[in-house]
Amino acid sequence: MSNNQMTTDASDKALADSAQNFAFTSRVDQIIAWGRKNALWPLPYGTACCGIELMSVMGPKYDLARFGAEVVRFSPRQADLLIIAGTITEKMAPVILRIYQQMLEPKYVLSMGACASSGGFYRSYHVLQGVDKVVPVDVYVPGCPPTPEAVLDGVMTIQRMIETNTPRPWRDNWQAGVWR
Amino acid sequence: MMNIETLKTDISARFPANEFKYENLFGDNVLNVPKENIVGVLKHLKENSKFDFLMMVAAADYPDRQKRFDVTYELFSSKNYSRVRVKTQVGENESIDTACSVWRSANWFERECYDMYGIQFKGHPNLTRILVHHQFVGHPLRKDYDANHQQHCTETLPIHFEDEPNYTPDPNKDLVPLNIGPSHPATHGTLRVMVELDGERVKRANVELGFLHRCFEKMAETHPYNQVIPYTDRLNYCSAPMNNVGYCKTVERMLGVEIPARAQAMRIILCELSRIIDHIVCLGANAVDLGALTGFFHLFQYREKVYNLFEKLCGARLTVALTRVGGMAQDAPEGWFNEVLQFCNEMTVGIDELERMLTGNKIWMLRTQNVGAIKPDDAIMWGYTGPLLRATGVSLDLRKAQPYYGYEQLDFDIPVGTTGDCYDRYLVRVEEMRQSVKIIRQVAKNMPSGDYTIRDKNIVLPEKKNVYGNIEGLMNHFMLIMKGLRPPKGEVYDATEAANGELGFYLVSDGSGNPYRLKVRPPCFAIYQSFSDQITGGLLSDVISVLGSMNLIAGELDR
Repeated sequence: MSNNQMTTDASDKALADSAQNFAFTSRVDQIIAWGRKNALWPLPYGTACCGIELMSVMGPKYDLARFGAEVVRFSPRQADLLIIAGTITEKMAPVILRIYQQMLEPKYVLSMGACASSGGFYRSYHVLQGVDKVVPVDVYVPGCPPTPEAVLDGVMTIQRMIETNTPRPWRDNWQAGVWR
Repeated sequence: MMNIETLKTDISARFPANEFKYENLFGDNVLNVPKENIVGVLKHLKENSKFDFLMMVAAADYPDRQKRFDVTYELFSSKNYSRVRVKTQVGENESIDTACSVWRSANWFERECYDMYGIQFKGHPNLTRILVHHQFVGHPLRKDYDANHQQHCTETLPIHFEDEPNYTPDPNKDLVPLNIGPSHPATHGTLRVMVELDGERVKRANVELGFLHRCFEKMAETHPYNQVIPYTDRLNYCSAPMNNVGYCKTVERMLGVEIPARAQAMRIILCELSRIIDHIVCLGANAVDLGALTGFFHLFQYREKVYNLFEKLCGARLTVALTRVGGMAQDAPEGWFNEVLQFCNEMTVGIDELERMLTGNKIWMLRTQNVGAIKPDDAIMWGYTGPLLRATGVSLDLRKAQPYYGYEQLDFDIPVGTTGDCYDRYLVRVEEMRQSVKIIRQVAKNMPSGDYTIRDKNIVLPEKKNVYGNIEGLMNHFMLIMKGLRPPKGEVYDATEAANGELGFYLVSDGSGNPYRLKVRPPCFAIYQSFSDQITGGLLSDVISVLGSMNLIAGELDR
């Protein structure tokens, strides 16, 4: 028995030694967050001018791929980051709501530009005064259109939110179909 | 150009004892007719006076008048490049005969008049809402509709086909209804295409638009003239400076001012740079939709270079707003024109590379040749302009037909195609990029010196150093900001050759600081009308080719 005890101690020690060489301790949620953060699959919902600027963000010079958000998916079922780039009109509102609902958890929304964030300078009868009236938005990127650098910063902000598991009350309190 | 006397004798011979009124407003021939005669007059002008294009149908609202609405038909002749505007008045509860029997292009323009003003067109095949959503109540461009009164839309329309409003999809269970868009990678943002398929063949097709209706025209009515310029940026956002130029040119014509030679040359350079980057987006996206991603990434580096040039000029990349009524917002920084010339050299290489990638590419040819072909007469009937019209073999380019800003002194060619299919459209666009490079080289090498704007204190703001430096500058600045620039009463239609075709602005002024009515004639609105017709009977995969080749920019399509 005592002999047996001794071997266990020895193997524990060996394990502890080897762990210091190649393993590290973490929490499961942190590992998952790290993975999520570096593999965002964006759905580029480009409706207007910002969509053209979003092309530049994806294009050769600014290259969003450097931030792990390379795999552009046009199917909401495969995407976890909805980039709303452009004016959302009243006519588009039910469409964007449906797309958001079709996305699988966890999902994040980046509102690119003044129009998507607040209606911008279109204070008019057919423009939704901010897409957050129908879907919960995590990051607003200002600009008309924002520079690609600003969009990259927005994506990095979302990555930080994922990494630190930032609470998202706007999302938790959101209800589909309720006009806010 | 046709003068008003010829028009008068011509019309009087056909319609004796008429009470038509002839006007010449800022050089435009305007013919006022009673609404009963409208279709007869239009038909006569089309068949006997060679006015083969109906450029647009517009309406305007005058609530205090007995007959509340003006309906305006803008005609253009590709034979002698003259224009005439036919106007009529319609009361609130009256209807007017449709012009759809004369021009097919009247269809959507009349629908838009109905949507915006509630004007009834008798005999119209499908008089339904086109831009605003189907749950909308009222007619937003009427003067008594508040610009800031939004109405929510809670559901989208099911698949529908416009020629048969009560048609239920798939009655015999052997056709497959298919909805493409508005969220679809090939619909470039906000277009919705609905088709019914028999195997791979499209049996029936319809489109829905208005998903990006941002109320440009209402916004223009509620803002002073100079504040409209940023809104024009966002019409065709792929080539924003061209819209600035088109709008400012219209206002300048109304004011009767001519901008300095340097401003004209700068505007030409901006327009041609925009034409290049517009074609880059169109060709790049078209190729992406058909599976060639390389071209897009490759071409976009050239687009970035143009963005850099714009950024140096005004600080913005995409939505530049760098023209002002009366000239430019500011002069170009030192060395800018040399950088433009440098870009021309790089772009020439880029176009060659693009051609090596696509022109002889077998897949590209198979996907685009004999797809979407259209005859010249049909194209004119639909109101095609720009590269798509030229691809059918009609050599019409406003830079040659009605030259402005000194295009007549420049050496460039107008490329034309033969069949009007997607491949020809591609070839025309590529050649136009080469010609644009040629134009930019000529202008940038011979930049005129002098001022970049006129210095009329009632039109142009004084320079900042004068505003802060002396009392006169401060006063002029204050007066212009408070009062706004005020063109004389009247109306004008002016058009420029934008990347997609004729970009027209119809401006009505009541002498106040805001436009009374500003109607845009977007080139792709007329072109997109023919889309259902073009794809019916073809393969489903061709839908994507045709859609990409039309270069539909939702911003100017829906406004």
